[in-house]
Amino acid sequence: MSFEQLVFYAFAGISSLAALMMITVRNPVKAALWLVLTFISAAGVWLLAESEFLGLVLILVYVGAVMVLFLFVVMMLDINLAEMKEGFAQYAPVGALVALVVFGLIYLVVGPEHFGLDKTGLPVTHGPDYSNTKEIAVPLYTQHAYAFVLAAVLLLVGIVAAIALTLRRRGPRDALYQDIDAQVRVRAEDRLTMVKMAPEVEPDVSSKNEEEEGAK
Amino acid sequence: MTFEVPNLAPALPEIVLLTLTSFLLIADTVWSKRCAHCTYWATQITLLVVGWLIVSSFTTQTVVTFDGSFVRDTLADVLKLFIVATSIGIFLFSREYLLQQRSYHGEFFVLGLYGVLGMFVMVSAYNLITLYLGLEIMSLALYAMIAMQRDSQKASEAAMKYFVLGALATGMMLYGMSMLYGATGTLELPKIAQVIASGHADQAVLAFSLVFIVIGLAFKLGAVPFHMWVPDVYHGAPTAMTLYLASAPKIAAFAMLYRLLWDGLQLALPDWQGMLIILSVLSLIVGTVIAVVQTNLKRLLAYSGISHMGFVLMGVAAGDAEGFAAAMFYIIIYAITSVAAFGMIIALARMGHEFDEIEDFKGLNQRNPWLAAMMLFIMFSMAGIPPFIGFWVKLAVIEAAVNAGLLWLAIVAVITAVIGAFYYLRVVKVMYFDTVEESKPAEPITRELGFAVSVVSGLLLILGLFPSWILDLCYRSLGVTVVG
Repeated sequence: MSFEQLVFYAFAGISSLAALMMITVRNPVKAALWLVLTFISAAGVWLLAESEFLGLVLILVYVGAVMVLFLFVVMMLDINLAEMKEGFAQYAPVGALVALVVFGLIYLVVGPEHFGLDKTGLPVTHGPDYSNTKEIAVPLYTQHAYAFVLAAVLLLVGIVAAIALTLRRRGPRDALYQDIDAQVRVRAEDRLTMVKMAPEVEPDVSSKNEEEEGAK
Repeated sequence: MTFEVPNLAPALPEIVLLTLTSFLLIADTVWSKRCAHCTYWATQITLLVVGWLIVSSFTTQTVVTFDGSFVRDTLADVLKLFIVATSIGIFLFSREYLLQQRSYHGEFFVLGLYGVLGMFVMVSAYNLITLYLGLEIMSLALYAMIAMQRDSQKASEAAMKYFVLGALATGMMLYGMSMLYGATGTLELPKIAQVIASGHADQAVLAFSLVFIVIGLAFKLGAVPFHMWVPDVYHGAPTAMTLYLASAPKIAAFAMLYRLLWDGLQLALPDWQGMLIILSVLSLIVGTVIAVVQTNLKRLLAYSGISHMGFVLMGVAAGDAEGFAAAMFYIIIYAITSVAAFGMIIALARMGHEFDEIEDFKGLNQRNPWLAAMMLFIMFSMAGIPPFIGFWVKLAVIEAAVNAGLLWLAIVAVITAVIGAFYYLRVVKVMYFDTVEESKPAEPITRELGFAVSVVSGLLLILGLFPSWILDLCYRSLGVTVVG
């Protein structure tokens, strides 16, 4: 076993193990951290396959940005773990069984003999002047320019959808806002109205007594 | 490395659609307060402009551009035109419904137009990546549109079900596509066909990838056994969304079926034909039998939609260009009939009363004889009773299946069509022969909507009287010489 193979198996092993841990641990924060480990070891595999750019981007974008955002959301939301895990134990054996059967079937139909080195050929090794970034960039912006634009449209639709679903004009009873414009613009006459009233004259005490007596 | 600017001209309708939709997205933020209806009218004008662009540059050749990721042929043009036509109908009905439900938002139309763009991309995709991206753009817009009525618990549930199962289906499909790439080493559909023809593709991997691709397609079409989402989503979604969901995306799904199975995997026909026959038979039987016991019209139409997909898959399973042409004819007419049927429900719906139970149609003949007659047209056309167009589409598909030697499949189809006639006729019976105790009025929301329903329903009769041109169009766009 060459050194390269050793490194590959190490990264691949860590990656699979971390992925397994990610879906089995109970705490969502821990799950996110295991996912970070999966990404990092997958990036290692990519580095080994001479796609340095992809490996680095995986760490920068997914680990650096996406997962941090994800952790943020997980920590901010008050997720009820017990509720989420409800029924897990009940469904887990069935799910595991189905997964095993499907895996077994896939292995039988398209096992490793269909993807061996004799099918694909040895991976090409490149010299030091080979730039992985350029190899990705050129087809991305020429050959796949159409797909690239479409991916941008897809993200735009995602943004529109997310905003359309979450932005709600709240009624005055849902949340209290301070409208500073209105507060500054307010004038005394808007709030205070002077009402002219006829002066009320208190009736005489003596005449009141007479009235009461008359009623009796 | 030299870079040639690709020929943009064939993609002009898509470019214009994207530009106008993005403009509308910005403009709506300004308009929404002063002129809410501007968004609706701008949507319709956008669709008309795009439709005119397609007509004015209608092509009879196959033009490929963007390094083989975009194709424009007669099939693409015809399907896009019908997508535009049904979308105009969808937005026409949706607007009144949304106004009635007080959930009129400009985003509905913007997302709807993005969905149309996604369908265009699917129709013109010549490469697995663009096909997938088109599908995702369309699906994402649909998920959001269903969920937009946030106060309705049923709509949220429907959106969630559609989202989870849709994501699962795209996952399956993507897995199949990656396997296809593994087997052939290329993403472009015509090159995949070349590699298969040359015999270099690993047969086992190819067949394996096909299984997952067909599962993904069946999910999107709503064919049994991947149909579980259809009734719940159709029933739970606001009717305007059900209308959208049941019409134009089905045309796009057919395009995807054609591009993958015919443009790319034509030579793997023995591998996929069997799967499609199974899907077809199950859809026909399950869709028809379960529809018999439904009491809700939207659910009934959902199950009948499943059995209609069985007919479409039967045409495709015939495995020749003639079969695809018949299936295309079927799916286009299905989309138009869906617009008519859900349009009828929308036209009669009121705030707080959906008018989607079969009970609601009781004695409609006494309350509104004209609309009852229109509903009769729709139901007869769906049942496949001549002279309505529904008869001719069923005939075309069954003919294709018989010509391909699938006689038993054709017999199953005819039997289920007869069973299916029972529940369509039950609606007619409820309308004409059941007397209603208290005569509630059944007027369309607006006069225009009553008129629009009449036009679409009348179209089913008129097309049925002159079915040859549209059938001709389908045959020509698939390069089949017309017989008889």
